[in-house]
Amino acid sequence: MDIITKMIVVNSSKLLPSDVAVKLYESRADVMVKETCFGVMVSGERRVVDSLLLKIRQLDPYGIFIKERGFAPGEPYRCRATRRGGARPGFHNLESEDKILPHIASALKALDRGEIPGKSKQKKKLDINKFREIIEKTEVSQ
Amino acid sequence: MKVFIYPTNSLILSDLVERFGHEPLTIMQEIGKKVTRQGLDSPPMNITPEDPKFGLKYAAVEVPSGVRGRMSLFDPLLTKAEAAIIVRDPVISFGCMGCARTNELVNFLLRAKKIPLLVLDYPDTEEDAKLFVYKISEFLKSLKPVEEQK
Repeated sequence: MDIITKMIVVNSSKLLPSDVAVKLYESRADVMVKETCFGVMVSGERRVVDSLLLKIRQLDPYGIFIKERGFAPGEPYRCRATRRGGARPGFHNLESEDKILPHIASALKALDRGEIPGKSKQKKKLDINKFREIIEKTEVSQ
Repeated sequence: MKVFIYPTNSLILSDLVERFGHEPLTIMQEIGKKVTRQGLDSPPMNITPEDPKFGLKYAAVEVPSGVRGRMSLFDPLLTKAEAAIIVRDPVISFGCMGCARTNELVNFLLRAKKIPLLVLDYPDTEEDAKLFVYKISEFLKSLKPVEEQK
């Protein structure tokens, strides 16, 4: 039996992690549910978890993001409770990606509307002459 | 299709690949196999002295054992990869959680494998995000979905 854990990251204005947790409990599926600050973690048989999360995603398709997690919820080597606090490894990546989730959500909405984005402006590096000019301007004359 | 993602633990890439009907190949799957195995020899990741030996497939013995240990985790993913999405210079690849040598090697191996490859930058603005998601969706649409292959 293939037991997996999946993380549901909730970045929605109409849904709370607790709403997702309640829906998971309502399903009466044979899974373990753990509510966290960023969303919910679900652990169970791959087939059960995958089909359950397919339904859960429908609650807010643009506000729910899902990825697999290696460690089970409450794993003593990862859990803050047994590591004397601090962010768990892996949280930093989640935090950095969490900041752009609202942009990704609106991009997914635009994609569903059939919007084709134009080419974005390429960021140019600072021209060396311009940089020299800035240095000369800011230099304090002695 | 099995799509390798880089950063290999990315929530956004993993979610988008799954959303568009493909299977993401992530490092969490491999770590999951290691840490749920019966008998934990070397917690927390359960990387035993045997693992850097598997990494010898990719890197010589003089290369730091950290690179070889990481490569032993990447090996099944690289072998299975049928396509790949790479985000250039992700913030997370810098610092104690990343290993520059392993990242360079993984990127090189993906390019050398001659599989369909999409290289992008993380978006900063909404407009960039629209282009980011659009490019990924078009790339994934051009690949064969998982159901068709079965």
